[in-house]
Amino acid sequence: MQENRENIIARLQKEILPLQGLKLPAANHALQLDLGPIAEAFPNKSFPVGAIHEFISHAPEDAAATCGFIGCLTGGLMRNDGVCVWIGASRKLFPPALKGFGVDPDRIIFIDLKKDKEILWALEEALKCEGLATVVGEIPEMNFTVSRRLQLAVEQSRVTGFIHRYRPRNINTNACISRWQITSLPSALGENIPGIGFPRWDISLLKIRNGKPGAWKMEWASDILRPITPFMVAIPQEQKRKTG
Amino acid sequence: MSRRFVTIWFRYLKTDWLSRRQPSLLHTPFILAAPHHGRMLITAANIIAEKENIYPGMVVADARAILPGLQVFDDKPGLAAELLKAFAEWCIRFGPLVAVDLPDGLILDSTGCSHLWGGEAAYLTEINKRFYANGYHIRMAMADTIGTAWAVARFGKENRIIEPGGQLHALLSLPPEALRLEAGVIERLHKLGLRQVKQFITMPRSALHRRFGEHTILRIDQATGMKEEWIQPVHVVVPYQERLPCLEPIVTATGIEIALQKLLETLCNRLHKEGKGLRQARFICYRVDNKIITIEIGTNRASHHINHLFKLFEEKLSTIEPDLGIELFVLEAPKTEDLSPMQEKIWEGICSLENIRLAELIDRVANKIGATHIHRYLPDEHYWPERSIKQASSLEEKTNTAWRNDKPRPAHLLAAPEYIDVAAPLPDYPPMLFRYKGKLHIIKKADGPERIEREWWIEEGLHRDYYAVEDEEGHRYWIFRSGHYDQEKTHQWFIHGFFA
Repeated sequence: MQENRENIIARLQKEILPLQGLKLPAANHALQLDLGPIAEAFPNKSFPVGAIHEFISHAPEDAAATCGFIGCLTGGLMRNDGVCVWIGASRKLFPPALKGFGVDPDRIIFIDLKKDKEILWALEEALKCEGLATVVGEIPEMNFTVSRRLQLAVEQSRVTGFIHRYRPRNINTNACISRWQITSLPSALGENIPGIGFPRWDISLLKIRNGKPGAWKMEWASDILRPITPFMVAIPQEQKRKTG
Repeated sequence: MSRRFVTIWFRYLKTDWLSRRQPSLLHTPFILAAPHHGRMLITAANIIAEKENIYPGMVVADARAILPGLQVFDDKPGLAAELLKAFAEWCIRFGPLVAVDLPDGLILDSTGCSHLWGGEAAYLTEINKRFYANGYHIRMAMADTIGTAWAVARFGKENRIIEPGGQLHALLSLPPEALRLEAGVIERLHKLGLRQVKQFITMPRSALHRRFGEHTILRIDQATGMKEEWIQPVHVVVPYQERLPCLEPIVTATGIEIALQKLLETLCNRLHKEGKGLRQARFICYRVDNKIITIEIGTNRASHHINHLFKLFEEKLSTIEPDLGIELFVLEAPKTEDLSPMQEKIWEGICSLENIRLAELIDRVANKIGATHIHRYLPDEHYWPERSIKQASSLEEKTNTAWRNDKPRPAHLLAAPEYIDVAAPLPDYPPMLFRYKGKLHIIKKADGPERIEREWWIEEGLHRDYYAVEDEEGHRYWIFRSGHYDQEKTHQWFIHGFFA
């Protein structure tokens, strides 16, 4: 009886989601990357494609970490020979680094523009282009109207958009489906092994439509994103008071 | 198919031009003069002056003696060529191939054009009427060869239109000047009493060749149609070109859009049938006031997609000023390429680099903002970080070099390495701490060094020892020391990037 009731609730939730505007992705559009515990936060437990995701970063180090995480997601969406369009004003991204996140850098087309107006125009045009895997836009300011326009563009084309806002003046309400903040965490190689390990991030999902926000500590281990398990974390030794 | 040529002779080219600019001159005798060996020689005289027996080639002083009230203007060198070129461009409405025939004529290749005006007579009348309305006195003729048309326009008495095949007959009664011979040859012919073409055209060719040279034979052959003569048109006709003349001049934006749409449809259908696509297209508007407006687009990949091309033009349509109206639209594709047939995908999948929609997106951005803003990178065989990528020239370009993944490379690379203060305990060890933009970073973990030599065959300089370091907050940096460790030198350390 108990299980039956859970089944009913799950079924009802699935029926409600399309009514709330969530469309289920086609098989070849879905994110082909195991996000582990993060997936639990999404509606229907699948990464929402065909929507705009917003990323916020405040420091250059965090911007790099955010780029890394966007790279992972892009790599997951570009598995079937997909193409990514990367639009921004001052691009710092070093394309060879993306290879490490599962992206073929030669399948990214960079559009480097100076004016915000041009960037937004190019973003909208790119998001309207059906069949692109992802569109990444680097623009600090995005008001509600702009985000609404971009959201409307992707609803038609089912393209996934990532908007990276580096040092935004104010974090305003907008029509994006989610808001992420990525900061880097110290890496660990194991007991007493010198050197730098896999990149580790503190991934916080501040906002997600129809989902549950949360924060996770994750590690990108060359091709998979896995949670940091306690025994992997190097716990700093506490200074113990000696007696006697 | 026999070809038809029209030659137009501007009887009073420069003076007509001047009277058009200064209408007060219409009823007064005037001449144009230019200095020649220290005297002023007449280069052009208008009709009224000619009636008073004032001809080009006379000295101005003599002409003044004949007619004291004669007005004299300075002749501008190159004026005739300038005017004729403008006329030739204007005459493109009567036929696609128009050539300038210096010093005072135009040649039109009107093969297959005259029926559009309802026959050859109506065609010539129309041309004549248009020029006369603008105040230019012209004489013209139509024939199978340029030589005959030229001769009849200048020396013919009655019939302007020479029937196909009637060249020889038309030439017989004309003077030798009509054959465009050299001045010396003409003089010799006159001396010999050969004042009409029929007197010498039947002579044996060997005799003509011996006495008057090869050029004479060539000119006779060109006039009779034995030898082909070529003209150099002012505008070379593009093989892929569509024209749309308008009954009424078009002044509205909607009208221009409809014209463009129609032209695109015909051109694209033709390209589609031939399995080609255009890489470059030009939309030319001929305005009523003789101005020509051109807008151009380019595409990344050969395309004959009407909607896409229309969108590319649409961005620029607003720059067209119709003013009093546009009477002729021309769409041409100077650059076309074979289009490999695309397989229509049954399912709508994720598009790859070969996809047409991506190419169209790139075209739109390139046309609106500029192709220089679009980049795609390929790996290059260099270890030096700044040179390890190169820009791809097209969407399809591929290399055999693979992307390297064996050494750590930062997600963000600074445009130029920035100087940092460090404290390094030992040579060839990573630093203990560094200061970047006023903030102190204490290094907890480090990897390296990775020495990258500067490529001496490209540029001189010091090598770099790269370290990947992580500070106590977990931020990861890519820093390097330039050159070998040196106690005296302080400014050695740089930050070059941020790891994810």
